[in-house]
Amino acid sequence: MIEIKNLSKNFPGRDVLRDLSCRIEDGDTFSVIGPSGTGKSTFIKCIMRLLKPDSGRILVDGEDIAALDDEFEIARIRRNFGYLFQEGALFDSLTVFENVSFGLRYLTDIPREDYGRIVADKLALVGLEKVEHLKPAELSVGMKKRVALARAVAAGPKCILYDEPTTGLDPVTTEMVTDLIVSASEKLKVTSILVTHDVNLALRISTQVAMLDKGVFAAVEPPDRFVKSENPAIKEFLEISNAGHNGCGDHGGRPGHAGYKGPGGRNGRH
Amino acid sequence: MLGLAGELGAAALMLKSTVFWFFKSRLEVRETMKQSVKIGVDSIGVTALTSFFTGMVLALQTGATSKNLFNEPLYIGTLVAFSMVKELGPVLTSIVVAGRAGAVVTAEIGTMRVTEQIDALYTLGTHPARYLLVPRYIAFLVTLPLLVVLANFIGTIGGFIVATTRLQVPSTVYWNDIFTFMDINDFMHGFIKTFAFAFMIATVSCHKGMTTRGGAEGVGKSTTEAVVTSMVLVMVIDYFISAVLVALGI
Ligand SMILES: Nc1ncnc2c1ncn2[C@@H]1O[C@H](COP(=O)(O)OP(=O)(O)O)[C@@H](O)[C@H]1O
Ligand SMILES: [Mg+2]
Repeated sequence: MIEIKNLSKNFPGRDVLRDLSCRIEDGDTFSVIGPSGTGKSTFIKCIMRLLKPDSGRILVDGEDIAALDDEFEIARIRRNFGYLFQEGALFDSLTVFENVSFGLRYLTDIPREDYGRIVADKLALVGLEKVEHLKPAELSVGMKKRVALARAVAAGPKCILYDEPTTGLDPVTTEMVTDLIVSASEKLKVTSILVTHDVNLALRISTQVAMLDKGVFAAVEPPDRFVKSENPAIKEFLEISNAGHNGCGDHGGRPGHAGYKGPGGRNGRH
Repeated sequence: MLGLAGELGAAALMLKSTVFWFFKSRLEVRETMKQSVKIGVDSIGVTALTSFFTGMVLALQTGATSKNLFNEPLYIGTLVAFSMVKELGPVLTSIVVAGRAGAVVTAEIGTMRVTEQIDALYTLGTHPARYLLVPRYIAFLVTLPLLVVLANFIGTIGGFIVATTRLQVPSTVYWNDIFTFMDINDFMHGFIKTFAFAFMIATVSCHKGMTTRGGAEGVGKSTTEAVVTSMVLVMVIDYFISAVLVALGI
């Protein structure tokens, strides 16, 4: 369980997060939505401790990680998390194989002989095959994002942090990545925290949706209640995103596609 | 931009964590090899070319001056070899390496910084000091002295060719002029300075890369800054270390 209490983070001349609190249960899919530049990436970077919060507490299974300074302690906490970067952040001097197996070397004791199988598995999960020998520069944007996703999940984290997982992807790849987040959460029972400005994605797959507005969460609600929120910031954002109607329904609806239960169905699980 | 004090502080912190990870973790052998090739092996050609012509022009100029003053070319070998070993070998090689390899290091680390690859290293269980900085420091500290030895040798050969073909100095005289006067301290003088240059170039290039901000434009800016800073510092450090070494009689 991750509990965040009064988290604040400023950059010089700019308050990004102010007094932000929330609680994420194990197995939850927690989405943060909000327009670009509101601090969504800053929020998950604080959880990963890529940034040090100015104040507040981040309790991961009861341990406060916000104030940790020791690199080894922080590294130990980071082992719980997989992180998908907004732009992928693949190592461009390494091949796809070396990228996906990178975390295995540092985060696990898996013997090197098994890397080939694991990498192929993870790449298959994101719909890629026989790309192990390619360099990131030889991949399309969508492929990079999928390789990055394979890399983020390779070492089997308990919780995955997704920064804009579907931004910049074509509709088919978006479906695939969405599937992947859902199946990671349902089959592997991982906790997912995703930040996105794609309201429809958030409403379809989340157990909790939070709206980040002016440095605080305007609401933290299950999707069905979130769309009915009276909060003016949420209303405006939903209207602009044209969500709430198609978002809750059978969005996209590719025939024969392994669909999702609506948000209601997923909530029923909890 | 950071002020000078801020820059020095940040560089010191970077250095501290590099030393820490050097002792605390297994060496990234593959990365270190890769960097040694990029920084050292790939600089062999340009180092050889630079030092060859430097040695030749040294012989030519001393030959001309010596002929004017004494009517014959005296101590050409001595002058060429001393100049190469104590000054020009270390300084010119360091400048060439700062411009070539230093730029590569800053641009590469800077690009990794602005595309979040540095953050990605943290998320995958390692530390940029361990994975990026330690291998580059080692590559600079090992390959630059070797390049300087090569430069000294090739420069002396260049001088030899000009001395024997254009100045009609007998080859035994050229080599005697060198080996009669040169001792181990002269080598040490150049060697000590080379380590200082290698250390400085590694620090400047890595630091400028790690503190890059602002996309592709920022990478270009920090690369230029790294090269200019390294080149100027080679000259500055050279004077002060030479002064100390001379005072110590080395
Ligand atoms: N390292 C940084 N230094 C200074 N300002 C930053 C830094 N990172 C982000 N910001 C600023 O913080 C704000 C929030 O950024 P970010 O969290 O990336 O937003 P989002 O992911 O929601 O688009 C932006 O205005 C951005 O300019
Ligand atoms: Mg962002």
